[in-house]
Amino acid sequence: MGKLSRILVAIGSISLMLMFFFPIWSINLEAPQFPEGIGLRIHLNTIKGEKPNDVASINNLNHYIGMKQIIPESIPELKFMPYIIIGLIGFGLLSSIIGKKSILAIWLVLFIGLGIAGMVDFYNWEYDYGHNLDPHAIIKIEGMNYQPPLVGTKQLLNFTAHSMPDVGAYSALFAIGIGMTALFIGDKKNKYTVPKGL
Amino acid sequence: MKLKYWLLAIASIAVFSIVFIGCPSQKEVTSNDDVASKVYVAPGKYDEFYAFLSGGFSGQVGVYGLPSGRLLKVIPVFSQNPENGYGYTEETKDMLKTSYGMIPWDDAHHPELSQTDGVPDGRWLFINGNNTTRIARIDLSSFRTTEIIELPNSGGNHASPFTSQNTEYVVAATRFSVPVPNTDVSIETYKENFKGVISFIKVDPKSGNMKIAFQILMPGFDYDLSHAGKGKSHGWFFFSSYNSEQANSLLEINASQNDKDMIAAVNWKKAEEYVSQGKAKEMSVKYAHNVYDENTHSTISTMEEKVPILTPAECPGLVYFMPTPKSPHGCDVDPTGEYIVGNGKLAALIPVFSFTKLQKAIEEKKFDGDVNGIPIMNYASVIAGEVQKPGLGPLHTEFDGKGNAYTSMFISSEIVKWSLKDFKVLDRAPTFYSIGHLMIPGGDCAKPWGKYVVALNKITKDRFLPTGPELTQSAQLYDISGEKMKLLLDFTTIGEPHYAQGIPAEIVQKNQRKVYQLSENKHPYAVKSEKEARVERKGNEVHMYMSQIRSHFMPDNIEGIKMGDVVYFHMTNLEQDWDVPHGFAIQGMNVAELLVMPGETQTITWTPKQPGIFPFYCTDFCSALHQEMQGYVRVSAANSSGQITFNKR
Repeated sequence: MGKLSRILVAIGSISLMLMFFFPIWSINLEAPQFPEGIGLRIHLNTIKGEKPNDVASINNLNHYIGMKQIIPESIPELKFMPYIIIGLIGFGLLSSIIGKKSILAIWLVLFIGLGIAGMVDFYNWEYDYGHNLDPHAIIKIEGMNYQPPLVGTKQLLNFTAHSMPDVGAYSALFAIGIGMTALFIGDKKNKYTVPKGL
Repeated sequence: MKLKYWLLAIASIAVFSIVFIGCPSQKEVTSNDDVASKVYVAPGKYDEFYAFLSGGFSGQVGVYGLPSGRLLKVIPVFSQNPENGYGYTEETKDMLKTSYGMIPWDDAHHPELSQTDGVPDGRWLFINGNNTTRIARIDLSSFRTTEIIELPNSGGNHASPFTSQNTEYVVAATRFSVPVPNTDVSIETYKENFKGVISFIKVDPKSGNMKIAFQILMPGFDYDLSHAGKGKSHGWFFFSSYNSEQANSLLEINASQNDKDMIAAVNWKKAEEYVSQGKAKEMSVKYAHNVYDENTHSTISTMEEKVPILTPAECPGLVYFMPTPKSPHGCDVDPTGEYIVGNGKLAALIPVFSFTKLQKAIEEKKFDGDVNGIPIMNYASVIAGEVQKPGLGPLHTEFDGKGNAYTSMFISSEIVKWSLKDFKVLDRAPTFYSIGHLMIPGGDCAKPWGKYVVALNKITKDRFLPTGPELTQSAQLYDISGEKMKLLLDFTTIGEPHYAQGIPAEIVQKNQRKVYQLSENKHPYAVKSEKEARVERKGNEVHMYMSQIRSHFMPDNIEGIKMGDVVYFHMTNLEQDWDVPHGFAIQGMNVAELLVMPGETQTITWTPKQPGIFPFYCTDFCSALHQEMQGYVRVSAANSSGQITFNKR
């Protein structure tokens, strides 16, 4: 791996640190009664509101449809996700130091695999919250579920829910992209250098 | 044929009447070009200014938006308010405590915004209670009355609560002189025994908490209005007075004899020196001081017992009198602090005093005698100019910051605009009818926002749809951005509006509180979650630690209450979202309802009058299932054996 590739991998790994400071995913809710907006910000280790009291307010609204309370402390993923990201950063930096293409490739595969697993897990949580409703709920509509979209917009009764990646997710995508570029540049370099050596 | 002529004649009279008599206000409307767009605030848009109008005898403050004149809120201050429980709840009833016990009403006259560098800063609004001599402080982040201090040695708190340029002090001078200390004497001994007291109330720059720093024992005049010096005159306060005759009966005649009464110029920096030198005598008094804490959601009421009092005769340089024609009312200081305008109710001119000349005259001792050791300044030595033929019955003056003054004329029912350069009248605009105070946003401060003037009228007569003998109160809005004043709008007000204050909306808006943080709620009877909700008996007191959240109470079935019990409903609103208050009322409750804001705890008491089942419910439409937000209390005979029971989560 060339110098440029190693630098790129290092930048990609370090950029993952953004995930500790910014939300990974955003869910914004729109309704006539909330002109100021109301929403959730999913971080590596917790779930916060768009505004300080939004989680409590959303939980209160959800009691009408019998949705479970969102209690960040009770979600195990939020406990171990930070360690996974620390691991990925460490592994990325290591591959930059060692400078071996194969290690970089393993890092990327692992990273993408974990990313996919994370999305599947997130989808499952959303499915559970949206479908697993209290049978004694105040508002019950036949065939209606309240699963927010993974990415995109969906109407949930009087709320329009928008779900989209936030800075954290983009930094992960950036890291993967930059990792792939490093891998690609590395190949190119080899192609040029090998003939010269002959 | 004859009939035809008759009909024609009648028809032409009818047409004549409509065309030529018509409605007088119609003419005004057509003569104004497009005033509607100047006061129109489109749906969902905000007004440019907040206006705080005193509610007069309602004891409250009305908050309006300008230029629309829309009522935004009525802030309960000195009057109980059954609409939200203010003055009835366990937490707020002590706000109305005085040395005479709890007084559920007062007459609120002069709102005054706190200032920084002579400009309203949007932190607090002070207002006086005229009858039982109090000053209240309203916190403008929550629009709630958070402090009320009573004033000892005062007979009527009218010249109050004007503030110095950094809110160092708010002042309070008595309208009615009384014996100090108040004792049982013959009213005939007025001249000998009656005194007027001016109080200086120190305001804590951080918390806003008030404390009487000192009082000044003045001659027994009627102290009417006041304003602080600013800029070059910072450190001084000016107080108008009438009844320099010291009459005690039929003041209408007996206090209108002297050609001139007095404006007192008080050097408060000097007063501070005298106080620190120990010149003030401690006097035993009794006055209530009530402070509301927005974390404990409760009032702490203390009865204070001492006040330091200065006597001008013993403190040279503390007070000077400026003779002012004919029973002056308003006492207003221009934005630069140079001019002090005396508004003599019965005077044919408006005297304008110069602060610079006053300083020079004091230095040169240009005195014309004294009253109780207070030097009377030579009129000619302190006067800057007189506004000639301004109109009839000048009451108050405000300033636009562009070199102009605006004086309200009660008798000739008009606003008169005049120049501070040459004291010449520039324009007149009629008011409907009999204007009292007038208000330009920031018009009594160092930097007025001189876009509008509001006329606060005393009589409305035919201006609005009649409502029986008691008619609405009103204010009028004029555009003063051009050379000529232009009437834009009539709007109705609560109570009788006396003085008012205006401030650009964004200054107040940015500090608005939306909810009370539940985590910061330190009320001893608060519950932070439904799990904590419970009912406890302490002898014959039953304390209900109840929660409210859309759309239920917890608990909502309570049994075991007995006749003779006093039931305390401690209601905590668990919501943390903006604009979700919950109400509470139970059948047969002898007090007012509760309106509990998100994160707040408020308590109302109930003494059951008979055994049975009593429903309670939420009074503020809170959600789609608001009607379901209800519950029952069971009351049993005094000798029944039932224990307290309640449902749990």
